[in-house]
Amino acid sequence: MLRFVARRLAFAVVSVAAVVLVTFLLVHAAPGAPMLGTPETIASPEVVARQRALFGLDRPLPEQLLRYAVNLARGRLGESFVLHRPVADVLAEAVPNTLLLGGTALLASLLLGLAAAAAQAARHHTRTDTVLGVVTLVFYSVPVFWLGLVLLLVFGEHLHWLPVAGMTSAAIHDRLPPLGRALDVARHLVLPAASLALVQAAAFARFQRAALLETLAAAHIRSARARGLPERAILLRHALRGALAPTITLAGLSVPYFLAGSVLIESIFGWPGLGRVTYDAIFARDYNVITAAALVAGVLVALGNLAADVAVAVADPRIRVDR
Amino acid sequence: MSPWRLAARRFARNRPAVRGAALVALLALAALVGPLFAADPLAQPDPVRLQDRPPSADHLMGTDPFSRDVLSRTLHGARVSLVVGVGAALLAVTLGAGVGLVAGLAGRRTDQLLMRGVDVALALPRILLLLAVFAVWDNAPAAAVVGLIAATGWFQTSRIVRAAVLSLREADFVVAARALGEPGWGIVRRHLLPHVAAPVIVSASLDVGNIILLEAGLSYLGLGVRPPTPTWGNMIMDGKDVLLSAPWVALAPGLALVVTVVAFNLAADGLRDALDPRAAA
Amino acid sequence: MSGAATRAPLLAVRDLAVRFTGPDGVARAVDGIDLTVGEGETVGLVGESGCGKSVTALALLRLVEPPGHIAHGSSVRLEGRDLLALGAKEIRAVRGNHVALVFQDPLSALNPVLRIGAQIAEAIRAHEAVTRGTAHWRAVEMLAAVGIPDAERRARAYPHQLSGGMRQRVLLAMALACRPQLLLADEPTTALDVTIQAEILELLDGLQQKLGMAVLLITHNLGIVAERTRRVYVMYAGQIVEEAPTPRLFAQPSHPYTEGLLAAVPRLDERRTRLRAIPGQVPPATAWPPGCRFHPRCPHAWERCRVEEPPLLDAGAGQRARCWLVQEPARRKK
Repeated sequence: MLRFVARRLAFAVVSVAAVVLVTFLLVHAAPGAPMLGTPETIASPEVVARQRALFGLDRPLPEQLLRYAVNLARGRLGESFVLHRPVADVLAEAVPNTLLLGGTALLASLLLGLAAAAAQAARHHTRTDTVLGVVTLVFYSVPVFWLGLVLLLVFGEHLHWLPVAGMTSAAIHDRLPPLGRALDVARHLVLPAASLALVQAAAFARFQRAALLETLAAAHIRSARARGLPERAILLRHALRGALAPTITLAGLSVPYFLAGSVLIESIFGWPGLGRVTYDAIFARDYNVITAAALVAGVLVALGNLAADVAVAVADPRIRVDR
Repeated sequence: MSPWRLAARRFARNRPAVRGAALVALLALAALVGPLFAADPLAQPDPVRLQDRPPSADHLMGTDPFSRDVLSRTLHGARVSLVVGVGAALLAVTLGAGVGLVAGLAGRRTDQLLMRGVDVALALPRILLLLAVFAVWDNAPAAAVVGLIAATGWFQTSRIVRAAVLSLREADFVVAARALGEPGWGIVRRHLLPHVAAPVIVSASLDVGNIILLEAGLSYLGLGVRPPTPTWGNMIMDGKDVLLSAPWVALAPGLALVVTVVAFNLAADGLRDALDPRAAA
Repeated sequence: MSGAATRAPLLAVRDLAVRFTGPDGVARAVDGIDLTVGEGETVGLVGESGCGKSVTALALLRLVEPPGHIAHGSSVRLEGRDLLALGAKEIRAVRGNHVALVFQDPLSALNPVLRIGAQIAEAIRAHEAVTRGTAHWRAVEMLAAVGIPDAERRARAYPHQLSGGMRQRVLLAMALACRPQLLLADEPTTALDVTIQAEILELLDGLQQKLGMAVLLITHNLGIVAERTRRVYVMYAGQIVEEAPTPRLFAQPSHPYTEGLLAAVPRLDERRTRLRAIPGQVPPATAWPPGCRFHPRCPHAWERCRVEEPPLLDAGAGQRARCWLVQEPARRKK
């Protein structure tokens, strides 16, 4: 088991390195080479000179790559031209917020998706199955950013049920007791997390329904029934357990979607996370921030895959024998 | 009855799938023909008075903040979405099938090399790479969007094709064909391709919906195909600023997206159920 | 009369019919069969693949799932109780407890992600109010009883870590853990090597004697039926076409189908250049032929066979056959 984890860890490191390399190459190779700010926010000569020196921007490509890697190892991610702050600081503030949003959305989508799939599988061939099937299909086909806008419009503006912007109610937040502050954040979390979660829940539900139906038709389920085990035990202990492994894999693979979704959703709801930082950086052509964000994202994705691989090995003993 | 005819029959009996396919055909028709009859999507006939007008007889879906006709822009946007969606999906499976075939038929070293590359590539977050590229590539032409989306999306197909080829290489009928002296290419074309065709078709059709949403997301961020050329994504981008006062600007393209993707997904589900009866439940 | 004890039989099946509704019509997979199993008796149910014998086993425990259903008018009585009329909880109490079913493929019948000891213990706890500890201990006991060495340690293994023969023993252990009165064994040895087959059958024999259990042995393998059963039912096209005490069936088969089956088995003491197969194919269950269902393939068929469906006719000494030859033996062609 330990060797399995070690191998997967090594692979994760390789993929992060690949992300760094590919991002670097793509950004440098794309036409309209790294611009130091848009015409409105063009960096001052001093900043330009500093960045030139740090990254060797007028040197040949391989040397730039080397310098970049070295800087990375030293934790020097450069400076944001727009925000006039070190990129590392910007990220340190933003990443935890995105983890909160993304993590909540991931959990919610897993629970929702599994519940829907289980309901559909248990009531196969009935109305419930069909109706839920339609619902999941629609939510699966919706662009997440549009869903966010619609939710904002309906629940935020027209119904005034939930706040529409920011992570906290700035005016009163600091004066609230800790529980109050947590609740305040929670209220602001609902709409953005729901936008992300609903779409991904539909994706999970669609996959899980098929997996569950296949498992339920499997011979060992029939065998369990023949032994007189109660239906509930069969569904929970035998069927779901068998379908657990692919679910975990899916969850791990969904990390990129949550990260990408956060770029879209955070800007709509004004959530101060990595997504919004990236969004602003894209529009301002803040090159350093974009590459750093891609790097962080790459690391998160690699971690997600790693965690999923390990979790699957725990859930399904057949996998431990390794490829 | 040939397996293809059988599959076609199964598809025909699947009502939601047939509806999905019909809807796709309808959308394709609308995208093809609609723009010919619609107003100029870039025209701004009366920048002040026609700004943000709600739906009316003159403008069935209203006008946007730049006083352009929303219906016309929606129809033109359909072209972009459909071309990118179908084009990138086809290109991606072609790339994937090509690599998969080579890996499956070549010697061990080539195979191992290619598959290690694919493994690493699969670990890369596609969306983020695309974001990074298009963020610095101003006004990329639609072809670039198609090309890059395809270039980042063929990995899974290559795995599927390689697996199919490997399992078929030693199959009796292939050995028999070689024993009869059939040339390599002939074997690939007549015996291998039909077998890998089914999972490849399913994979491609399921991809189209996702690619359409991907492109929409990119253009919503102002990347890829930029305004004033209308795409559903950048129309929503324009519409979000006037969401409260003129919701139709964002609603029309959004609904168009949902309907289109639902149609493709229905048809794709139907194809999958028809071509792989074990998956039908 | 069947050769069983004169007491009421343990299992009495009357007019059992199972139908499947599909795109090509209604398939009458099991079309009105009667059979009985006495206490402690071993009875064989023989037929080719697709004749409906596995479906029969499932139907006895009401495990048939849509699009299949058990037709009205069927009756399955265990010690007098009609199993088909029981509620969900009651039928569950019968499954695995009074009547156990062992499937053909041991690997797919076991849950791959659970340890085998746990699976056996689970079956015990589903029917008896015992503690986890007791259930586990009994599971280990069962494993030892089926001949698995080092049972205590093996109980912690996963199914894929065992060989085919071992897995079949585990399946038996699971089935017998609650000491059922009747065991339905559906092709218990088909997936195994010949040498292992013999071991498993010996084991089954021994356990049966110890537990006083009745066994319905469902198989297409005439060899094991000849050795291990007291009575045999032969099934074809959803019907019982012959039933007899085992020695008599093999010595003097009445129905042409049975004759064909026996003749098709290659023998070491005969010199033949070609194997004797029964001509033709089993007809589809959606369209049984009119009259006697075997007539298109029967070498002796005449007009009556094409038109009138024969009932099970008494051929003497406990033997019955669904064939007009019983009434008109002169029609038998040489």
